[in-house]
Amino acid sequence: MAGPSAGPDRDRLSWYEASARQRLDALLDPGSFTEALGPEERRMSPHLPLFDLPRAFDDGIVVGTGTLDGRPVYVAAQEGRFMGGAFGEVHGGKLVGLLRAAVEGRPAAVLLLLDTGGVRLQEANAGETAIAEAMRAITEVRAAGVPVVGLIGGRAGCFGGGGLIAGTCSRLAVSEGGRISVSGPEVIETNKGAEEFDSKDRALVWRTMGGKHRRLIGGADAFCDDTIASFRAAALSLIADAPAFDLDTLMAEQARLRERIERFGECRDGTEIWARLGVNDPDAVPSLDTRAFDETVARIGEAAHDAR
Amino acid sequence: MESLTFRHTTTKPLPGTKPQAITGVVASGNLEILLERVLPPDAVEVAIETPIAGYGPVWEAVVADFVARAQPGGVRISINDGGARPDTVSLRLLQGARLMEA
Repeated sequence: MAGPSAGPDRDRLSWYEASARQRLDALLDPGSFTEALGPEERRMSPHLPLFDLPRAFDDGIVVGTGTLDGRPVYVAAQEGRFMGGAFGEVHGGKLVGLLRAAVEGRPAAVLLLLDTGGVRLQEANAGETAIAEAMRAITEVRAAGVPVVGLIGGRAGCFGGGGLIAGTCSRLAVSEGGRISVSGPEVIETNKGAEEFDSKDRALVWRTMGGKHRRLIGGADAFCDDTIASFRAAALSLIADAPAFDLDTLMAEQARLRERIERFGECRDGTEIWARLGVNDPDAVPSLDTRAFDETVARIGEAAHDAR
Repeated sequence: MESLTFRHTTTKPLPGTKPQAITGVVASGNLEILLERVLPPDAVEVAIETPIAGYGPVWEAVVADFVARAQPGGVRISINDGGARPDTVSLRLLQGARLMEA
């Protein structure tokens, strides 16, 4: 609905700056998106009024169907600016419903435009349940042979239960602005102290949770420029090479995650991990542009792994 | 939360045929506006939910100014406010009307 029309501006639109609706509108083939449970149905949170908090007509997530390069896809986009994109009861229910519908509908892929701080504290039990149900539903979609691709480059990053959902996806694309983790910077600092993790040190946050770090250790499978066009290209290529969802894949992932702890468990910073991976000049990584960074990634075997 | 509803009559319907549009986000200092072409062509209704109580007269003035400028006949407008300033509200209302005209 609201959003730019077709053309170059649509492609160059910043993923980070765009709203959930603008991202979907520009990502999918023009005019192909059909929303389910749109804002006019007013499926809003039943809990937020108890806390005197404003609601959103779509509860902060847009779900529906469309086409990507002519192929049918199911899509969900979180609005990171509404309550930090956090999962509440309705928000989570819409995502789970979409995933379950994908098991029946068998689209070419499910695209999850994740932009979330995790669970909405005002409706935490419902949010936690939704995270668990979404993870189970993703495995069922993947078991049905439909790849689930996460696209992460928003203001809220992808934290808490959103990080768990990301770890369940077939493939992930991330931009420089994207961050992926379970416990966020402030959560770690609150629980372990500023000596353990200084959440005010934004460079540290990006070195340990940012898109480049996740890409280098194979936690994400593509690194994107902060444009819709870059995310669209990444989504198409990730759909094409999504891994099988079988016992062999899971065993290989488990083995690699065990090995990762052994290799990097003592490291205190992203730069130490990058040095052990064989990056020539780890301190230069944060300032590399996308092409130079992709060349670095190509020299690192670790980044080609499937496991997260 | 404070609920406010304002009804006006217009001299003409809002141009265009788009049945609905939404713009803005419920975030600090921002708001979302849902427009639906569901009313008689000379009627407009603006329903607001806001967590900031006590600004009824300001909302009334901003809505009256918008209705006078845009003449959005036939449209029901629903607002979820996140504490937007009057100029932001005014901008979003005009954006919403423009989207409906497309």
